[in-house]
Amino acid sequence: MLKRLIYSREGVLSIIVLAMFFGVGVISPDFISLSNSVSIFNDTSILIMLALGQMLVILTRCIDLSVAANVAFTGMFVAMVNQYFPELPMALLIFLSLFIGALLGAINGLFVWLLKVPSIVITLGTMSIYRGATFLLSDGAWVNSHQMSESFIGLPRYEILSMPVLGWMAIVAIILFFWAMKFSVWGRNFYSAGGNPMAAFYSGVNVGKVQFYAFLVSGTLSGLCGYLWVSRFAVAYVDVANGFELQVIAACVIGGVSIVGGLGTVVGCVIGALFIGVVNNALPIIGVSPFWQMAISGLVIIIAVIANATSGKDKARIILRNPNANDEIRAN
Amino acid sequence: MDTTIKKSATPDSMFTSKLQGLLRWESFLVLIVFLVCVMNSYLSPYFLDPWNLSDATFNFTEKALIALPMAMLIIAKEIDISVAAIISLSSTLMGLVAQMGAPVYAVAFVGILAGAACGLFNGVLVTRFKIPSIVVTIGTMSLFRGISYILLGDQVVRDYPDGFEFFGQGYVYWVFSFELVLFAFFALVFYWLLHRTTFGRYTYAIGNNPTASYYSGIKVDKHRLILFTLVGVMSGVASILLTSRLGSTRPSIAMGWELSIITMVVLGGVSILGGSGTIAGVVLAVILMGLVTFGMGLLNIPGIVMTIIVGVMLITVVSLPVLITLYKNKKAKAL
Amino acid sequence: MNNAIFSLKKVSKVFPGVKALDGVDLHLYPGQVTALIGENGAGKSTLVKTMTGIYQPDGGEIIFNGKSVQFHSPHDSHALGITAIHQETVLFDDLAVAENIFLGNYPMTKHFSIDWPAMEARSQEILSSINAHMNPNQILRELSIGQKHMVGIARALSVDAKVVILDEPTAALSHHEIHELYELVNTLRDQGKAILFITHKFDEIFTLADRYTVFRDGSFVGEGFIKDTNEAQLVEMMVARSIEATYPKKDVEIGETLLEVSNLCHTTEFADISFSLKKGEILGVYGLVGSGRTEVMQALFGTTDHVTGSVKMNGKEVIIHSPKEAIDNGIVYVPEERQKQGIVLELPIYQNVSLPQMERLAKHGQIDQEGEMALARQYCERLQVKASCWDEKVMNLSGGNQQKVVIAKWLATNPKVIILDEPTKGIDIGSKAAVHEFMSELVDSGLSVIMVSSELPEILGMSDRILVMNEGLIVGELSRADATPEKVVSLATGGSVTC
Repeated sequence: MLKRLIYSREGVLSIIVLAMFFGVGVISPDFISLSNSVSIFNDTSILIMLALGQMLVILTRCIDLSVAANVAFTGMFVAMVNQYFPELPMALLIFLSLFIGALLGAINGLFVWLLKVPSIVITLGTMSIYRGATFLLSDGAWVNSHQMSESFIGLPRYEILSMPVLGWMAIVAIILFFWAMKFSVWGRNFYSAGGNPMAAFYSGVNVGKVQFYAFLVSGTLSGLCGYLWVSRFAVAYVDVANGFELQVIAACVIGGVSIVGGLGTVVGCVIGALFIGVVNNALPIIGVSPFWQMAISGLVIIIAVIANATSGKDKARIILRNPNANDEIRAN
Repeated sequence: MDTTIKKSATPDSMFTSKLQGLLRWESFLVLIVFLVCVMNSYLSPYFLDPWNLSDATFNFTEKALIALPMAMLIIAKEIDISVAAIISLSSTLMGLVAQMGAPVYAVAFVGILAGAACGLFNGVLVTRFKIPSIVVTIGTMSLFRGISYILLGDQVVRDYPDGFEFFGQGYVYWVFSFELVLFAFFALVFYWLLHRTTFGRYTYAIGNNPTASYYSGIKVDKHRLILFTLVGVMSGVASILLTSRLGSTRPSIAMGWELSIITMVVLGGVSILGGSGTIAGVVLAVILMGLVTFGMGLLNIPGIVMTIIVGVMLITVVSLPVLITLYKNKKAKAL
Repeated sequence: MNNAIFSLKKVSKVFPGVKALDGVDLHLYPGQVTALIGENGAGKSTLVKTMTGIYQPDGGEIIFNGKSVQFHSPHDSHALGITAIHQETVLFDDLAVAENIFLGNYPMTKHFSIDWPAMEARSQEILSSINAHMNPNQILRELSIGQKHMVGIARALSVDAKVVILDEPTAALSHHEIHELYELVNTLRDQGKAILFITHKFDEIFTLADRYTVFRDGSFVGEGFIKDTNEAQLVEMMVARSIEATYPKKDVEIGETLLEVSNLCHTTEFADISFSLKKGEILGVYGLVGSGRTEVMQALFGTTDHVTGSVKMNGKEVIIHSPKEAIDNGIVYVPEERQKQGIVLELPIYQNVSLPQMERLAKHGQIDQEGEMALARQYCERLQVKASCWDEKVMNLSGGNQQKVVIAKWLATNPKVIILDEPTKGIDIGSKAAVHEFMSELVDSGLSVIMVSSELPEILGMSDRILVMNEGLIVGELSRADATPEKVVSLATGGSVTC
């Protein structure tokens, strides 16, 4: 059992992330202090949540390129609502961000479900539209920290047990996902619909509807992250999170979510995101210019998919019943 | 089924199929292009000025040069989203050799060579390891641009040899810029390549059915490798033009271009699932997008609104045929 | 016992170009095994998909427990206790065995969550009840085909099934596994389940079944009790024609040895394959699905990796690692999976015909469209392809005409050896005869043919010589004169025949 765990993808990846983490700790002991660890996790929280949503989408053989644009639009929307109606309660604003995000996600999902249009095209389109709509909404203006209410900025920073609410939100998301993807039929349907759509249909799973749910969840989380992003950086503008969708996809791919669908775990996905988080935080500490960050994550994606491609090869069909031949196969 | 057909010889092609050919997506694009022209000239007296029109071409020629091979790649059921990153890396390398005092042609050569190498790298990863091209190029997209950042950081290179500015700023004759002429030339080359050569036919065959193509004796992987390299080379060419036009190199150059390029291709009627599309359609889509951008510029509409329009166009283009089929099926069932 | 629990009355299903089911009747009775018999293309698999709600019938009535029912999705039939083990595996390679068994029907705890321990325990129970010993936590990908099949059976038994459909369940199983399956079917019968057993192996029918229903070309031919019939009668109902009458086998002078294959081996799929092919000969290769016959042919065509051994053409050793090299050496392959491997559906007929020799037709890389058209015209007319024009997309043609285009494509390359893998699978009876007739013409014009088929009459009717394969090995070679259905079937299922 232990052996299996260590040899699993998640096992290997955890070891790499931990080795990196403690490796940097050798150079700079502060890096592995509890407070810095919490801060790294907190930094990575948004990436973790978006990666979890993206994982659902990729599991069902789709891709959601519109997440970052969704973050920008929803973030701008709630920031402006807060700017003009500062007295509105935070609960309502968070609900609003979830709702708007879900709506934008549902648009993607409906096209994929009802029209069976390739998700890459739809989300490529909505990515432009949502980003453009952010501009129309704000007229290109920024919402700065002094225009935001105190609670709007303060909520994600509020510390419970020395971890900010932002980090706790990620933890709640991880727990919910872990439960849903393992113990709910709803969650298992993502695996069957993506693993073998025909067989899923034979088993009574509505594949299109499952894809819709994936986009809905990805959108809802993007909406929440929209609020968290503008609140955390205390500024909302059109180019918020520009290009972040690629980091999100990278986190999934590094975490072993198979781009052809049906394979991927919550744990892997979280570790994939943490990998990026640790690298981003470690580079300045070990004196490497942050300009290396992008090339490193690119290289890691490539290495991760090559590792996937060479290890996960389908075993050949076995026809020969010749006992010797079979033994040879087992020996390999 | 029909015994009369058996007696009479089967014709090579039918009149109706030729007629259907006229009702294609390309014809629709021509109509839209025409409408946009009429609308633009009605809205602004400056539209039909040759120099204004010529200036307007600069906003799409570089992207369009990449859209041509990208169309072939997408027809072959692959995709490359690292093209903008290739521009960046190739531009960076050109900047570095220019700083070392290389002459104009050496700089341009480095640009093309860098593009070719990047494209080849993508192709090798896709064909050697059988990884979906979208994943490979998401990775190399970060890698290529990342290398630019490593090499340049937040530096900007501006020292290019004399004469280098011609590629992006020069005119061949009257209002015809070098960029425009080069695009026209490559449009013809790619038209020939896709529609008139065995290479083009193989592209369609592979895009529709890679297995059957392989079983028909086509070297599928080699073909894919060539296509990726071709996209790389053209990205290198586009990089030369862009760098020369801007007169500077920075790692963030051409950010987000991959999306406009893919939109051009899909808007041009190329199926994102592979197998169908034409160069004529892509060229028309390029012109359409150029004209709309230009018209909006004349009307002082900010460029980002254009992204909304492009997005809506993209979604409409892919959804419309599906909606029509759904409607037809519903009608057929009702009868 | 006299009342059928599940009946089909005058059920029809039409696909573009093919009438897959034409007003068929079928009755299943509790506690009885009904064998559905028919050749390939008789509509058996379509029937299964109609019975399980995957296809909706275009006409007729489905009656369950005396009530007329309609299945809008597989879910509806599943809910009534109708379960099927499909011919192709409809399982999930990346999921665990237990989940494959219970997917769509998960055991739940009181807290709305999936009860994994219960799922594992019940999987273990079901698996051991059918003598399949495997770990329920194992990922399906790691299992052999036979084991996967057992998972499929376990899946069918995980619900309270009233009707169990087994679609050619023994095709890919070893002897030992087949024997266990028989016991399982008997157990199910004793439990009072109605069982539909689809097969074309006669020994199975007489061992297991109580009743039979025969289909031919999508139509119902007859039904009755097994005890009132015999093999000859069933064969006649299945084929409805004597073998010699329908197979236009011409006597062709057989020439020198053309192709010589010796010691062809593959690590997992076949071993020690040696045979020869003479000029003007039709060599039939018979074997059950999964016997390795297709794999051997694909190795000859260069699409299988890791093959050792030697192939000689006209006495000269040739090296074939890709279809291109095979084509250059005069070996061409008409695949079983026509639409996947044989043809590009979205391209017009003439472009499909010219595809393998574009380079020969082109000048400086530029296509000679006139030349292509001439080539297509010549070969498609020779094969009597029915189309409105040669510019028509292949997807608009019927299955039979698509197959003719594939053959036309290969003939146009002037091959020496043409390998036909299940050449008449899934095509209508008229085109079948045309393909057979054409095969005779081919050898008459000096070609050699290797024909792989699991249709016994076809093999017996067309071949000069028959190779029989089983479990990746050539287990027998019969001359046309020696071959009888019994000998061939017995060899193919692992028996031995003294010739």
